[in-house]
Amino acid sequence: MAQPDPTPAAKPEAVKPAGADRPVFAPWNDPDAKPLIQFRNVTKKFGEFVAIDNLTVDIFRREFFALLGPSGCGKTTLMRMLAGFETVSEGTILLDGVDIAPIPPNKRATNMMFQSYALFPHLTVWDNIAFGLKRSDMPRDQIPARVEEMLRLTRLEKFGKRKPHQISGGQRQRVALARSLAKAPKLLLLDEPLGALDKKLRQETQFELMDIQEKTGTTFVIVTHDQEEAMTVASRVAVMDHGKMIQVDTPDRIYETPNSVYVADFIGDVNLVQGRATAQGGGRYAIDWAEGQPPIHATATEGIAPGTAVHFAIRPEKVAISAEPPEGRANVVEGQILDIAYLGNISTYKVQLAGGRIMKSQVTNDRRLARRSFTWDDRVWLSFTETAGVVLLD
Amino acid sequence: MNPRRLFVIGLPYLWLLALFLVPFFIVLKIALSDTAVSIPPYTPVLDLAAGWQGVKDFWAGLDLENFVFLTEDALYWKAYLSSLQIAAISTVIALLVGYPIAYAMAQASDEWRPTLMMLIILPFWTSFLIRVYSWIGILSNEGFLNQFLLWSGLSSTPLAIMNTTTAVYIGIVYTYLPFMVLPIYAALEKMDGSLIEAAEDLGCSRISAFWLVTLPLSRPGVIAGCFLVFIPALGEFVIPSILGGSRTLMIGKVLWEEFFSNRDWPVASAVAVVLLLLLIVPIILFQRNEQRQREADQ
Repeated sequence: MAQPDPTPAAKPEAVKPAGADRPVFAPWNDPDAKPLIQFRNVTKKFGEFVAIDNLTVDIFRREFFALLGPSGCGKTTLMRMLAGFETVSEGTILLDGVDIAPIPPNKRATNMMFQSYALFPHLTVWDNIAFGLKRSDMPRDQIPARVEEMLRLTRLEKFGKRKPHQISGGQRQRVALARSLAKAPKLLLLDEPLGALDKKLRQETQFELMDIQEKTGTTFVIVTHDQEEAMTVASRVAVMDHGKMIQVDTPDRIYETPNSVYVADFIGDVNLVQGRATAQGGGRYAIDWAEGQPPIHATATEGIAPGTAVHFAIRPEKVAISAEPPEGRANVVEGQILDIAYLGNISTYKVQLAGGRIMKSQVTNDRRLARRSFTWDDRVWLSFTETAGVVLLD
Repeated sequence: MNPRRLFVIGLPYLWLLALFLVPFFIVLKIALSDTAVSIPPYTPVLDLAAGWQGVKDFWAGLDLENFVFLTEDALYWKAYLSSLQIAAISTVIALLVGYPIAYAMAQASDEWRPTLMMLIILPFWTSFLIRVYSWIGILSNEGFLNQFLLWSGLSSTPLAIMNTTTAVYIGIVYTYLPFMVLPIYAALEKMDGSLIEAAEDLGCSRISAFWLVTLPLSRPGVIAGCFLVFIPALGEFVIPSILGGSRTLMIGKVLWEEFFSNRDWPVASAVAVVLLLLLIVPIILFQRNEQRQREADQ
């Protein structure tokens, strides 16, 4: 289920289409780029509880930065510190090079879209959007034009006169977005912005969000526990756990080259095989993982000492399944189909290998189900290339 | 309509008819009668034994004389006006005192709220009369308040609060404060805290966030509280008679004196009918506010 959207349109800036010569948006790789937000050794404690643990990260202008993690990992605290609702215990947060600690929330050039939307129930949609503008130094006569612009941007022109309880959940979500964007903040914070929408609407709105982010050129920081959402919208994803950022990278790299077992396991579906690595030269390693089974051949960029305990992580869709032993594949293991999860477009096969270990293989159902060449309890061969998986140190 | 539904709907109507409408018509009838030195102390009395003639005599005996009398003696309209004024000012004071209390309760942490709530409700566990009487002990010339003022040197002569309108205000505000606090608290308590954060995030200071968000959203509670104080305060008679002395003029007190000192039941009933008509306006407004609130909540 946790398939990231494969359409390249989903993240045109992060994925480089083959042969395209447009510049790739990747300021994090540019040593000269000036970050918009800098966290410097930021720690946040609630009593004894450490919510944010000595965190250092840069977020760049025009980025769509996703904070992803389980509940209680500190992602919301991080966002609330940016908005000014929580103080920093140690360290500094710089916005445009200026320490934001002494600036109260109502003076910060950031705006927040709340998880509950926090629309003012006694004001109309129009007044909700105008609320921040009326408190800013914008001349009075320019406010209506700006509100109309925001209504157009979020396709709410017809609903300006309505009260929040007179519109649908999806429309309320757009009002909240319009209101938080109206003051043209340097930084927009989105706290689980799509959490209250149903799945279909959520997927549509993800694309709308990206569209609006691109149109306005605002830097977005989004908090979410939905990895699919983070992968779809973000230019970079920070996977958090226990107040630390475990990995900060583009969605494709988070998915394909996780830096730890935690990230590999948290994002999507994965086969994790424990074993011991032996170097075979040229960055190639053999991983002994079970008695009587050939070692897994894999590549790794960093040097691994012989005999080191490692995890080999491979995504189920990168494991091929066939009824006959395949030719010319670096890794082939034999097993028996234990279970099949049929999801319509794809099927996941749970295959029991010799020794009881289970490996999953995911295959696109490009044929009708009736023409599938294997079924429960059949003997099958799983195969994958040397570069399909990653070797992770414990 | 089937008989079971008729029964279920009919029961509360019968209850209202027996306990509200019938007594009201009895009072209205007495208001249209004349005083008499007899038992009961008014005429005419419907004499069913006299047959049709009795009913005709009964009808002929009723007139609006007592209502006309109310307009002729300045005492009555002055008492009505004074009651309206005292009720209105008490309501404003109760609002000014009650709102901060309700706000503080709503801001308190979850573990404190039940305790604070109990402190508000606690006075109801003692008799209302005893509580009003105990104010004599506080406010009289030799009362605790004056003893403290003289002892601390804040005042060299005792303050004459007892038997003044001030004492009535204190009594009314004290007695009806919980009715102001509770609806405001209910409105503030269900308010989403992120609304204030959103207001601050959009550039409001704490104070302007309160004016622009908290206050408008607590308006239904404020309106409900004001009516719950104003309506009973208007007809109040215990507090002005105990704390207000002879100088405080309130219609409830006039009513009581007409009934029990003057034994003029017809005039007293006329006073009561007019008071009821005066109260119907705020009661209807109150009901409409509640109705609108229920619709907004849906």
